[in-house]
Amino acid sequence: MSLRLIERIIGPRVSPEETWKRSLRYGTPGFLLLFARILLLVSLFLPYWHMELQAPQYPSGLHMTAYLNHLTGDVVEIDGLNHYIGMRSLYEAAQIEREVGVFIMILFVVLLELAAYIHSRWAVLLVAPVIFFPVVFLVDLQLWMRHFGLNLDPDAPLSNSIKPFVPTALGRGGIGQFVTIATPGIGLYLATAASVVLIAALFFHRRAYLPLVRQQANANERST
Amino acid sequence: MKLAPIPIRTVTATAVAAVGLLAGHAAAQSMADVQKAAQARGLSTADLLAAAKTYTPSGMKDEFVIFSSGGHSGQVHVIGVPSMRLIRTIAVFTPEPWQGWGYGVGNDVLAQGNVAGKPNLWGDTHHPALSETKGDYDGEWLFINDKINARVAVIDLRDFETKQILKNPLTVSNHGLCVTPDTEYVIESSQYGVPLGWEYATMEQYKEKHRGSVIFWKFDRKKGRIIPEESFAMELPPYWQDLVDAGKLASDGFIFINSLNTEMATGGVQDKKPPFEAGVSRNATDFLHIIDWRKAEAVFRAGGAKEQSGFPVISIETSIAEGLLHLTPEPRSPHGVDIAPKGDFIVVSGKLDPHVTVYSFEKVKRAIANKTYSGSDEYGIPILDFDAVVEARIEVGLGPLHTQFGNDGYAYTSLFLDSAVARWTLGGQYGKGTPEPDWTLVHKTPVQYNVGHIGAVHGDTVNPLGRYLISFNKWSVDRFLHPGPLLAQNFQLIDITGQGANMPVIYDMPVGFGEPHYAQIIRADLLKPWSIYPEVGWNPHKQQIDPMAPKKGMERVTRDGSTVEVWMTVVRSQFNPDHVKVKQGDTIIWRMTNIERAVDAVHGFAVPAYNIAVSLEPGETVTVEFIADTPGVFPFYCSEFCSALHLEMMGYLMVEPN
Repeated sequence: MSLRLIERIIGPRVSPEETWKRSLRYGTPGFLLLFARILLLVSLFLPYWHMELQAPQYPSGLHMTAYLNHLTGDVVEIDGLNHYIGMRSLYEAAQIEREVGVFIMILFVVLLELAAYIHSRWAVLLVAPVIFFPVVFLVDLQLWMRHFGLNLDPDAPLSNSIKPFVPTALGRGGIGQFVTIATPGIGLYLATAASVVLIAALFFHRRAYLPLVRQQANANERST
Repeated sequence: MKLAPIPIRTVTATAVAAVGLLAGHAAAQSMADVQKAAQARGLSTADLLAAAKTYTPSGMKDEFVIFSSGGHSGQVHVIGVPSMRLIRTIAVFTPEPWQGWGYGVGNDVLAQGNVAGKPNLWGDTHHPALSETKGDYDGEWLFINDKINARVAVIDLRDFETKQILKNPLTVSNHGLCVTPDTEYVIESSQYGVPLGWEYATMEQYKEKHRGSVIFWKFDRKKGRIIPEESFAMELPPYWQDLVDAGKLASDGFIFINSLNTEMATGGVQDKKPPFEAGVSRNATDFLHIIDWRKAEAVFRAGGAKEQSGFPVISIETSIAEGLLHLTPEPRSPHGVDIAPKGDFIVVSGKLDPHVTVYSFEKVKRAIANKTYSGSDEYGIPILDFDAVVEARIEVGLGPLHTQFGNDGYAYTSLFLDSAVARWTLGGQYGKGTPEPDWTLVHKTPVQYNVGHIGAVHGDTVNPLGRYLISFNKWSVDRFLHPGPLLAQNFQLIDITGQGANMPVIYDMPVGFGEPHYAQIIRADLLKPWSIYPEVGWNPHKQQIDPMAPKKGMERVTRDGSTVEVWMTVVRSQFNPDHVKVKQGDTIIWRMTNIERAVDAVHGFAVPAYNIAVSLEPGETVTVEFIADTPGVFPFYCSEFCSALHLEMMGYLMVEPN
């Protein structure tokens, strides 16, 4: 890779004096990227998704909570009930995702850190995966639920009465005597907030550095 | 335009209707409907008020809990107050299939209660005693005596299960049971005079050979067990010791036992001698026993007890020499000795005397110190002068038996013959709590019928709470439908929140499971029972994880010679393994764990022909051992309706014939 290409990727540099002088212009993207990183790091410790099951014989309901890397709540009881319809254990779902979840988040933080140093449109490439993360999370969840719901053990006790179905990743559903209510957790809200912050960050990034990139390009043109 | 005022009743009815609709009730309800329903059933305003005080709609929980002796059932019954609903039966001395008690669960505990090596599988439970801290119930443990065979049981209130049964090594039948204010000792007093330690003696030798006794069972709260090695007994004269109550606060360190056959009558009605009922009641007074148990404990620890039947017993001579035991006259044939909340008064009712007799502990102490004796009994035990120790005598009615205390200066005494509960005022430092003068009868509430014990909320502790009193009636006669000639007993709930004559009966509860005697009533929030066992693989007898408990994924059947071990997990709705194949004559050690964590996900394990019924509560592990001596194919099944596929929760035990 030529030095030129690297220069184009990292984009134009701004002198410390200039940054200091126009701190709002050059500081905002960096600050927003930092804020997004904090949101994501905090979300690591917070629930991303809740599932509540309501039925007459469970007056306080059954509750399951998904964090990025583990499941808590009445998972054993829900698994026990699911065996009647031939659904696999929830612990078998999204195993890889739960294993790598924390590392992905750390990777995201590193990407955003790098993005703060890149003053060209390449920064978008680093930030975009983070922006799309909440959507990817929900799509992945929905795919798993679909996979679990459609692949019921045909030999299960209730296979005659409960046919394969697709549970919803968000919102109300029903299965047997249970009403299911799936809601996003605070962690997912924080990740979504991070996405919004990152879009804003890209906007201010563009406003700060696009003129410089253009100047540089013009200068290069003139020099050649 | 003038607006017509809207009647308040309409507004209320509309509001009630709105709430009703919100709550999902179809029809609007008003007080008019209540009146209509009451008229249809012939209910009075007092009845409706009683209903409002006691009716407990679905889902509402009781504020207090009764731990009632089960009488002949040999069990303990747990009842909610004010609903008077039976919540649970705790199996103690008697096998009980629902809990598996004696059919695979608790067999070892029941065997601790063997009498002369033989199972005696019924009990006559009389006096429950909740464990106490500083003289008030702490909700941790419950003790109960079995009168017929002089046994004491320890029940853990974390899981409401009996953990230990002790057979009294000295005497044959017991009666009283109480705990000391910090549950250092569980005290068991004997009933009928017998030669101590299962000796033989004739009736002519009654005075020389027969004896009464009291055992101080040392309780180790940490272990949750009575430690027989640290327990001791005191020899008493062969009067029929009856109830025992421990002193508290002012009288801490003492216990009080009353007695009824100080005549030492021995019956012999077939030989034209006076029957027991006459002989035992001849004297105008019997003896209240006053025992300094802290001093007795010191004498025992200093080696002052002699071994009898392998049990340390402090002799009457030692008791006299060490000043451990004093007597004082009490009205004839007493049935209750009850210590006032501050420990300052001792209330005794002689059931053939219309008074309650109140002794001052202050005066007792002074009389002991000054040796104010009116003489000594046949065994040389000093008798404190009655006039020197008595504080008050209150005429309450006929057949006074037992006394409980309210929170406001009232005491309550059951009147067996009058079929009533008397309310009377205490004096001394309790006096200002009541509008009536001290030491007077205030009111008698009739009860139906023939009351024995009564129980008030924390009514025998240092901190009585008032509110409710329950009359544990022996007869019900016309109160309930007749279920054949064996009638239910009647627990009557009495509201004692008011003063004076205001203490109405507000609920009748039929008791159709043996004749209870005493019961204690505790604040429900003091109980901290488990809803499920703390961890999967829990051994309730040891109250810890059992390393041998079968685990999920480790289910198996192993054979070692003629011993077959089954490691089974139990979950809705399957036993794993569900085939167990053995040979006739094999010894089977069947270990099973309920691996459920859901509240109420209880399973049963019932095996035909082998008399096995086990209850497996969530997390519990149980081991049953038996010899497969009967060949055949035995469908075992879950005996709790655990799930929609409960009927399918079964397996086969196949015993191949030789």
